[in-house]
Amino acid sequence: MLEYAICEGLVTTEGITMIQPAIKVHGLTKHYADLVAVDDISFEVDRGEVFGFLGPNGAGKTTTIRMLVGLTRPSDGTAMVAGHSITDDIVEVKRRVGVVPEVSNLYDELSVWDNLLFMSRLYHVPRQARTSRIEEILQSFDLMSRSRMKFGKLSKGLKRRVVIAAALVHAPEVVFMDEPTVGLDVVSARTLREFIEKLGTEETTVFLTTHYIEEADRLCERIAIIVEGRIVVADTPEDIKKRIETQPIIRAELSHVPDRSLLRSLSDLGDLEHEGHIIRLRVENPGESLGLLINTLSSRGMSVEALETVRPTLEEAFVELTGMSPDRMQAEKGGVQRWD
Amino acid sequence: MGLSNELGGIYHILMKDLQAYYLKPPNISWGILFPLVLSLAFLLRNPTGLIELAPGLIAMAAIFGTTSMEAIVITFEKRNGSLERLLLAPISIRSLLVGKILGGTVFGGMISGVMVPITIIMFGMEIVDPILFFGSLILTLLTLSALGALVAVSVTEVFEAQTLSNFFRFPMIFLCGVFIPVEAMPLVLQVVAYLLPLTYSVNALRMATIEASGLLGPLINIGAMGVFLFLMLAASERVLKRSLTQ
Repeated sequence: MLEYAICEGLVTTEGITMIQPAIKVHGLTKHYADLVAVDDISFEVDRGEVFGFLGPNGAGKTTTIRMLVGLTRPSDGTAMVAGHSITDDIVEVKRRVGVVPEVSNLYDELSVWDNLLFMSRLYHVPRQARTSRIEEILQSFDLMSRSRMKFGKLSKGLKRRVVIAAALVHAPEVVFMDEPTVGLDVVSARTLREFIEKLGTEETTVFLTTHYIEEADRLCERIAIIVEGRIVVADTPEDIKKRIETQPIIRAELSHVPDRSLLRSLSDLGDLEHEGHIIRLRVENPGESLGLLINTLSSRGMSVEALETVRPTLEEAFVELTGMSPDRMQAEKGGVQRWD
Repeated sequence: MGLSNELGGIYHILMKDLQAYYLKPPNISWGILFPLVLSLAFLLRNPTGLIELAPGLIAMAAIFGTTSMEAIVITFEKRNGSLERLLLAPISIRSLLVGKILGGTVFGGMISGVMVPITIIMFGMEIVDPILFFGSLILTLLTLSALGALVAVSVTEVFEAQTLSNFFRFPMIFLCGVFIPVEAMPLVLQVVAYLLPLTYSVNALRMATIEASGLLGPLINIGAMGVFLFLMLAASERVLKRSLTQ
């Protein structure tokens, strides 16, 4: 995959090669008049890492990506991407990165093949390698049979696949993906996630923004959460979950959907959430609460089909760390897609 | 490596634009019909004095050919985000713009290229100085195409691009000697005319087809067009770069 990429490293006086991070951001800031869209953020992304960048709408995710790929100039701060400065050497940065924007913005009038051919030419893929590289990419994205179709005639899911293929045609060192699965059906989204997972194993660095927290949980080795332009946490998904792991949660699958009266009784035991026949109870003392829960349910003739104590999800951690209400969280997901 | 990459980028953007937009059958048929109908309209209306009119009509074909489609192409790509694809590519903004300007130049060249034989056959125009004629025609196409690019990068909607293009196009047709010699206009309008690039295009084309000219006249007109080309390219680049800071 890294046939055309150049791995950058620093050689110390002792002759030890230290691999630079794929992305190194220091004090990056972006002002729009009085609005501070990105406020003095700093982070690093290792080479070959799949790094998630999460935050509510308007938190500064897209602005950060736009600065890192040269579409917007930072007001302050510095960043190195693939070993080159975004302020002093942006053409070299552009040569080494691929970008999957939120919109599928390839050329409707060109075929899938011609779009990829144009991108390979624009990114200086050697002439003799272009055809084989495009064929390789089309095959890995299962697009070979559609290579002669015009881009504008493809379905939304296929367009996203071609856009991702176009971002990878020059074998970039770093790929920026801005909401790559947004608005896709379940099957297309799953296929794309598999591609992203595969990229992570092929040593390509992936910088991913997504609204789907479970997606980030599954795909990303580390995650940064940005709120109102500032990074509130940057850590592994597991460690982020641990940060809010103050109260255990009992999750129970009931035999029937509980009625209001039962829900009222259950809410006396702790913070209750329910969806259909599944309840989640955040409690102080799980040992004591478990007994009370089973007693309450059996007294109402309700049996339990599955019972477990679970840790908070990344989504719960996200909601707590960003201060977002669950309603806003749901609204931002758009109700378009659920994790499958 | 840097220069060859930039030249390669310009070439690939040009070829992509020709393939995706300019060389579509409806555009080609418009490119043939427009100069043909324009010439026939003048020929049938008043068959005298057509030789004097011919350089102006070629310049008019150039201005409509370069600016009409180009303004739409650039604004359309801005709207659907595909211009960002080019801004993400490892080439300079100047090369991106040159690629775009060359697309308009080639399309305008096709339309003017249809107009030239029509004016020779129907109007009896003669090209007395071919180097000056084709040199000034190419420079005219580049300059007017750069004007189209400047208009397109300055607006967000396709209809705005058309409106703003007309704001330049129609006054130029009436002020720049296409129909009425600049010298025959009031002094104030003459001053305005010499602030517009088409005046120098019409002058140079007229010198190459009608008037025997020395060296100074053509050089002044070609030099003026070169200055306009540079200014418009620089202004377009500035506008596009400024959009990156927003």
